Amino acid sequence: MFRNVAELVELAESQGKKISQVMIEAEMEVSQRSRDAIMQDMYANLDVMEKAVRRGLTEDIRSHSGLTGGDAKKLQTYMETKTFLSGPTLLNAVSMSVAVNEVNAAMGTIVATPTAGACGIVPGTLFAVSDKLQPTREEMVNYLFTAGAIGYCIANNAFISGAAGGCQAEVGSATAMAAAAIVEMAGGTPEESAQAVAIALKNMLGLVCDPVAGLVEVPCVKRNAMGAAIATVAADMAMAGIKSVIPTDEVIDAMYRIGCAMPTTLKETAQGGLAATQTGRMIEAKVFGVRMEK
Amino acid sequence: MKYKSVFDIIGPIMVGPSSSHTAGAARIGRVARKLFGRMPLRAEIVFYGSFAKTYQGHGSDVATVAGILDFDTSDLRLKNSLVIAEKAGMEVELSTSEVLTEHPNTARIKLSDDEHQIELVGVSIGGGKIEVLEVNGFSFQLGFDTPTLLVLHEDRFGMIAAVAKVLTQHNINVGLMEVSRHTRGSRALMAIETDSTISPEVLEEIRQIPHIFDVSLLAMN
Repeated sequence: MFRNVAELVELAESQGKKISQVMIEAEMEVSQRSRDAIMQDMYANLDVMEKAVRRGLTEDIRSHSGLTGGDAKKLQTYMETKTFLSGPTLLNAVSMSVAVNEVNAAMGTIVATPTAGACGIVPGTLFAVSDKLQPTREEMVNYLFTAGAIGYCIANNAFISGAAGGCQAEVGSATAMAAAAIVEMAGGTPEESAQAVAIALKNMLGLVCDPVAGLVEVPCVKRNAMGAAIATVAADMAMAGIKSVIPTDEVIDAMYRIGCAMPTTLKETAQGGLAATQTGRMIEAKVFGVRMEK
Repeated sequence: MKYKSVFDIIGPIMVGPSSSHTAGAARIGRVARKLFGRMPLRAEIVFYGSFAKTYQGHGSDVATVAGILDFDTSDLRLKNSLVIAEKAGMEVELSTSEVLTEHPNTARIKLSDDEHQIELVGVSIGGGKIEVLEVNGFSFQLGFDTPTLLVLHEDRFGMIAAVAKVLTQHNINVGLMEVSRHTRGSRALMAIETDSTISPEVLEEIRQIPHIFDVSLLAMN
């Protein structure tokens, strides 16, 4: 098994394989399960993701608190009726990521990628890029294995939860995972995937986890949107041959150090950042009836 | 390496909104249920840290109870677990505590009926992954993502060897093992993560070893 992104890329390039194939083989070794069994489990994840994307784009989603829902549809309507500035793949990625995260906030069924708070980015980019590249179902599943391989490296060398490392660990990890997977699906090399990870993650460093009223909604839904945009642009940059000056694993290490240095008020405690704004506190009082003890 | 599988990263399939507060809570509840072995009459749940602060918005309470009802993280009945538990005759008592715990997402669950009782402390470490820190007062650090054999025994020489001998005879490989005890010479609990599932016959064979009080198998999948 690989321990970091450099080892993952080395394994892939020395054997002439894609990152997804390296991940599948490593999973077979660790779990002692057949390729077929592992593929089937990932197909099941893909199916759930597809349903969540579709639900978020077509149904009137409202979260339990009433704070979020309906933004994915708004973007789709905007794209159909107005002249929009960014490209359709980018806006689709944003809208589909929002769709999945809105379904999550409404206690719908999703796949944690790597967490539920960041669950929109990997499927949102996957289905948006698929609309453009028309991959096979197997290539779509491979997208998830590539994303998983990067998430595996980040989880074991830093963290993937907002409570542990801030939103950079959650939406940031998902963004980096998606960036690598987009590159592979678009025909880029494993090294270009690694560069996309570094470029994407660098732009998420220091991002605080400050859920308003402690809920996985505000600001998470919109951060999933921007994560999808960053992932897509980072993938394009990497495939243009742009390299990160700081190597990928060092960016992951920087994320780890920043997360460790971050005060607990900025790590999913709802005690700082947007959660501690006047409006944030008002929402908290409204959602919970009384102001919570801090 | 804390995360071993790609499915720790891409997964679990779950009912939202929070992998730590909803899926993790459900999994802690389900480990308690598996350990108890049947539907309990009473469930006492204590939330600490972030669980205590945000459980209402994240449905950690309904998720934990869903786990105790043996529901999976993706089971849509999760949302209605409190009503389902009540109909099934299970009494649920939920409280929060200000006591500081090592991990912010910690839950203590006590399940009981007239004959039997278990108590477990679980933490939700992110992405739906959990660790069990305490079983009936014995300290551990286990994920319970592979089949785990729990053996309650007298704290005396030769016990580990005796259990290992049975596993060897049945070609069962040990992945990870922890032994915890209250005080020297009292009772001890062995927790053994195995690479393959253990049949009821093997469990019975271990149960027959002298000085062993109780044997159970926890398998989440």
